[in-house]
Amino acid sequence: MENLGALALLLAFCLSVYAIGGSLIGKWKRKPFLTLSAERAVYSVWFLVTAAVGVLVYSLIAGDFRLAYVASNTNRAMPWYYKFSAWWGGQAGSLLLWGWILSCYSAVVVFQNRRKFRDMMPYVVTVLMIVQSFFLLLVGFVISPFNILVQGKGIVDVGDGRGLNPLLQYWTMLIHPPILYLGYVGFVVPFAFAMASLITKQPGDDWIFTTRRWAIVTWFFQSTGILLGAGWAYAVLGWGGYWGWDPVENASLLPWLTSTAFLHSVLMQEKKGMMKVWNMVLVSATFFLCIFGTTLTRTGLVSSVHAFAQSDIGTYFLTFLAVGIAATVYLILDRLDYLKSESRMEAVVSRESSFLFNNLILIASCFSILWGTLFPIISEKVTGEKISVDGPFFNRVNIPIGLFLLFLTGVGPLIAWRRSSLESLKKAFLWPVVASVLLIAMLIAIGIRHPFALVSFGLCLFVACTILSEFFKGAQAIRAKNGMNWVAATVQLTHRNTRRYGGYLVHMGIVAMFIGFTGAAFNIDTTVEAAKGDSFQLGHYQLTVRDIADSDNENYTSRKATIDVSKGGSHIATLYPERRYYKASQQPSSEVAIRRRLNEDLYLNFAGGSDTKSATIQAYVFPLVSWIWIGFWILFAGTIVCLIPSKVRLQYARTEVVGITRNYAEIQN
Amino acid sequence: MNTYAKFALLVVAIIGTLAWLAAGGINETKTYYKTISEVQAMGEKAQDKRIRVGGDIEPGSIVRNGKEVRFTIHQDAVKMNVVYSGAEPLPDTFKEGSQALADGKLRSDGVFQASKIQAKCASKYEAKPVQKPAIQQKQAAL
Repeated sequence: MENLGALALLLAFCLSVYAIGGSLIGKWKRKPFLTLSAERAVYSVWFLVTAAVGVLVYSLIAGDFRLAYVASNTNRAMPWYYKFSAWWGGQAGSLLLWGWILSCYSAVVVFQNRRKFRDMMPYVVTVLMIVQSFFLLLVGFVISPFNILVQGKGIVDVGDGRGLNPLLQYWTMLIHPPILYLGYVGFVVPFAFAMASLITKQPGDDWIFTTRRWAIVTWFFQSTGILLGAGWAYAVLGWGGYWGWDPVENASLLPWLTSTAFLHSVLMQEKKGMMKVWNMVLVSATFFLCIFGTTLTRTGLVSSVHAFAQSDIGTYFLTFLAVGIAATVYLILDRLDYLKSESRMEAVVSRESSFLFNNLILIASCFSILWGTLFPIISEKVTGEKISVDGPFFNRVNIPIGLFLLFLTGVGPLIAWRRSSLESLKKAFLWPVVASVLLIAMLIAIGIRHPFALVSFGLCLFVACTILSEFFKGAQAIRAKNGMNWVAATVQLTHRNTRRYGGYLVHMGIVAMFIGFTGAAFNIDTTVEAAKGDSFQLGHYQLTVRDIADSDNENYTSRKATIDVSKGGSHIATLYPERRYYKASQQPSSEVAIRRRLNEDLYLNFAGGSDTKSATIQAYVFPLVSWIWIGFWILFAGTIVCLIPSKVRLQYARTEVVGITRNYAEIQN
Repeated sequence: MNTYAKFALLVVAIIGTLAWLAAGGINETKTYYKTISEVQAMGEKAQDKRIRVGGDIEPGSIVRNGKEVRFTIHQDAVKMNVVYSGAEPLPDTFKEGSQALADGKLRSDGVFQASKIQAKCASKYEAKPVQKPAIQQKQAAL
């Protein structure tokens, strides 16, 4: 069985190498059949990798404990869905998942474009298959998931395995890695099209139009993956936070930042023919940061609390990155002539400039996070001393960045292209500014003094107002014309230009998240050693430990506290924080108890206790944290809207704009 | 002033502010990674820098006294006493024999005052392969 899996991977590797050669030679020698056979090879690669995955998943679920991978990631007591998720529970399996997702994407791309872009496709296939063969090389030859345990000349069946880490036995962890990978891997496609466009010296923006949906969908997967990870940390890890600026978390954020910048700056290229080089740089940076993120998480390059496997595949990754980046930089420099901008920046206060600053600030954030993450390595190389930086560093740089971005989110969509007059600015922003100033004054009046929090709440309201006014103005115009009701008019408006209004919805989601992030300024917590019957106070909550009891089942032993929560003298909830000790993996784990409300979460963690007489309880109040998850759902809705085709086909009058610009320049002269 | 000069000025201002913030942030939070023997060799200098020192927790050395926890870490033969009295309870993985990373400063009496403890089993996410001695993994026969 495992031989079949290993064989499938080996064949898939050979075929992916064939696809590279086939499409290149087919293109150069003008042999369409060779090119076609390379495209067929892409399907075969998908089939073979899927077969290998099938073998691995079968072995995991059937419990074939001769396989090292099965024995170290599952045990018999685990339910089947955790056995299935053990596919990506370990090193080899998660690389296989990467490769499998890529093979699926490649097959879809080849199928979608089987009659289009005959010129570019061979190169698209080449880029995709280079990445594919790299990952197949890793899982096929370096760390195979199909290794078996042998002793001397005999195969060993260990009978039962060590089980999946208990921290990972949680529903978000079932889907977090695959979803994050869907996002990571997905950016290969826009990258492949961008490179193909460069190689074939395409004058137009075909690669952007074709991959627009890819970019949006993979961006959404990245966002989801990051937030699922945050949600998991919050609900499972018991340290009471959702983000810790750990290298592994940072690694997932870096490509998200560049891809967000990309999604915005492609609009500039579509509408104005500007920032062409920059878009090439962004799409490549995103792709390489995805690979870099995989490198960080998979090789232990920087020490992290996540502490994934330390292994020697780092060299492979770094070589791949170095060669890839060098080739991309060469290509972009060589083709600069084809990437000339079609118009110029005209004024500092204009839509163009808001895009420019949005990009600048996202890249600055990305760079600061990259710098902070790699600081131990850089400082060791430069000064010989290994120095690390902590959360406060990241916060200090990224809180102002975040607030500035929020500001741009509000301003950008409302100012005119090219230049804005003071009069139009006043018209657009008067009421939002008044509203947010009033809000800040009110918040100061009720005693909030935290400067960042005040600014953030003010900006959140400002952005919300500007977005709502956009919907309002549009809907009113439709109402005036067709006499529809508000809801129908809004739907109609959104349907006319789904990308614009879906984008606004996404912005709304971001605003909700910022409300949630800002809540962190008001967190309170306490740690108490409480015996049965003791009470303690946190904020306006009165907490009483009613009981502490032990229990035992085949998977784990546990100690659970029963805590009564009352507010203002009346009982409002009973929470059960618990501490488990998993038998198979011999690891303890906390089951935190959370009372989630829109205004604040009450969060209890059973932190320790040597007997059932008393327990160490950590209690936290997290104001507004639920808004982060609400923000996610708004963002989800917004993304869906973006993906619905617009009812009115938009024609961007690019040539006209260029013409006007030239006339304008002549008048100036 | 032409538009591009204005842009350049703004960009420089933004980048400058961020760089200034970043530099401050680095100075404020930088922590030196040191081994136990390096910390001891630093002498008095170790008392005013934030240091992260790592080692294995000596079996039997953990003494809990209310919120204060004392233990000894060692790397090969060099040992160091650590005291922790932070608000956060110690992580699940903190136990005898596991690897601990202590963040803090050296006190004048030679005891390391930790403000944060991270602990790690030999490997946390990747469970060790179930190996008995002399069992090796081998590539499936191809």
